[in-house]
Amino acid sequence: MNSIALKMLMGDKLKYFGLVAGIAFATMLILQQSSILVGFARQTGAFIRDTAQADLWIMDPQVRFSQDQVPVRGTTIQLARGVPGVDWALPLYQGFLRGKMPDGTRFTMILVGLDDATLMGAPPVIADGTLADLRRDKAVFIQADKPEKKLMMKRGGNRPLAIGDRFSANDQEAVVAGTYRGRESFFWEPVVYTTYSRALQYAPPERNSLAFILVKVKPGHDLQTVKAALEDRTGLAVRTNEEFIKLTADYILNTTGILVNFGLAVALGVLIGSLVAGQTFYNFTLDNLRHYGALKAMGVSNSQLMGMVLLQAGTVAVLGYGVGVGLGSMMGWIVASQGLAFSMPWYVPAFAFTAIISVCALAAWLSLRQVFKLEPAVVFKA
Amino acid sequence: MKPSSNTPAVACKAVTRVYGEGETAVQALRGIDLDIQSCELMMLVGPSGCGKTTLISIIAGILDKTDGACRVFGDDLAAMSAAERTLWRRENVGFVFQAFNLMPALTAVENVAIPLLINGVPRSQALERAGEMLARVGLDNRRHSLPSQLSGGQQQRVAIGRALVHAPRLVVCDEPTSALDHETGHQVMDVLRAVAAVDDRALVVVTHDARIFNFADRIARMDDGRITDITANAAAREAVPA
Ligand SMILES: Nc1ncnc2c1ncn2[C@@H]1O[C@H](COP(=O)(O)OP(=O)(O)O)[C@@H](O)[C@H]1O
Ligand SMILES: [Mg+2]
Repeated sequence: MNSIALKMLMGDKLKYFGLVAGIAFATMLILQQSSILVGFARQTGAFIRDTAQADLWIMDPQVRFSQDQVPVRGTTIQLARGVPGVDWALPLYQGFLRGKMPDGTRFTMILVGLDDATLMGAPPVIADGTLADLRRDKAVFIQADKPEKKLMMKRGGNRPLAIGDRFSANDQEAVVAGTYRGRESFFWEPVVYTTYSRALQYAPPERNSLAFILVKVKPGHDLQTVKAALEDRTGLAVRTNEEFIKLTADYILNTTGILVNFGLAVALGVLIGSLVAGQTFYNFTLDNLRHYGALKAMGVSNSQLMGMVLLQAGTVAVLGYGVGVGLGSMMGWIVASQGLAFSMPWYVPAFAFTAIISVCALAAWLSLRQVFKLEPAVVFKA
Repeated sequence: MKPSSNTPAVACKAVTRVYGEGETAVQALRGIDLDIQSCELMMLVGPSGCGKTTLISIIAGILDKTDGACRVFGDDLAAMSAAERTLWRRENVGFVFQAFNLMPALTAVENVAIPLLINGVPRSQALERAGEMLARVGLDNRRHSLPSQLSGGQQQRVAIGRALVHAPRLVVCDEPTSALDHETGHQVMDVLRAVAAVDDRALVVVTHDARIFNFADRIARMDDGRITDITANAAAREAVPA
């Protein structure tokens, strides 16, 4: 009976192609919308991931996301270093600063200041120069990825900022000494790295200017225990990388409405996909009702009919899903190479698979109801 | 257990069938008494709407009667559950339809193999037996043709092969020649008679095509839900080579 079911399915090439294409389209729609949502969610954590050589971040409890500016007192570092299990605790400056390029183009940057001695928290890949160049006079590093988008000189320069260029950061001179590669970030402003002490020179004077303290836990010490001890000692919030990433993602996705908007888009993708895929399969069964009637008369049992319909639904589901994932990944690859938010971790296709299988199961169930309901006596109706 | 040879294959007593309820109810059968023997070709003839299809549907176990008694090979179909009836049909009944009802995606030999597959015969074996059956209905060279590549007469011969391949004891045919021209209809009836009519099998053929009456052993005339008379056609078995 399985061979009959499959031949029935593939007999009409056009319908068969339509079924697989419908499900592939649904899969793609679901994949694409969810991947963009996940992509955005991931991009919100780009800075934290780029900086993640430490285990813990100490910050003001009011910090809502990674670019939030609520500095803590500088003396907190000493407190943190005194906590048992702390291998090292280092300062990290982060702040929004106004800049002006050589040709007069104004821009806003996110300035990050790394501990002068260790340069801990530097981006993972240095593209041009070496990290130690940061210690040279007035040295800063800019991002090598797509400088023409974020660091373009638009008032006559007609080229992106490059090594050797001088620009002003909050009216003080900075020299581009190197470039780095970082993750695609949700935040638009270019991230400029320098040393902690120079960052404080550039930054407008404030009573407190220490944005974060990066803490490494000694090997053999329990992360949670050290974390609790640090919270206790400093009275501040202490977060692991993952916690901080989640805090940031939750805040950004919710306050920007991205979650609602793309959540809706995903839901819409599932809905439209369901309608397309479900409808085509349901119609396919209805078109074959006459043959199911003949089979029923000839003694095909309900369980055999169920097996046939499920086999057909399962076949188009798996095939359509496969094609959809293939096309979806290709599209995603193109989109992602343009630097747009698109990220397809394993759970996105898994989610799409679950959705597609559920849709096909629903369509199969609705189809089967029609098949079961069918009186075998219809076979003699002309 | 096999019924003894003098037990009729089909025994209907006062069978009625009403479609629908109340105002719109249609009395399709108004008390049918009919016996069909295990070795005969019984033809049901009569004007359109007189209840022929309804009657063979009840005999073939695909429709419930409203009242009366109907035993087929001694089995009371009304006493069976729907699932039991399905299994009973699978084994005991072969169907031939006016519109052939072949599956368009399957080749001739695959179409013929369907009842065997339904009965759980392994595919390769089913195809082999179906091939032999096709040869018997004269389509040995069309095994791998799709229905769309066959003429109407050829399609109906495939359908006859499908109705017989699992050696059912009852074969029901509803207007098997009405979609065919006279000569082709005649050929199809020739094949049906020659291949289907064996001692252990009852054939019921519904028709209003007077030109094929000659193929019957007996003819039951129906009108308005009743059988008006039954005549024997002594010439039939001898007239057509078996
Ligand atoms: N499913 C049905 N519902 C209602 N009436 C029906 C149905 N099937 C048949 N009938 C009616 O029952 C009568 C007998 O029909 P049928 O057995 O098909 O006659 P025949 O095959 O001799 O043309 C007709 O009046 C027909 O309209
Ligand atoms: Mg009829």
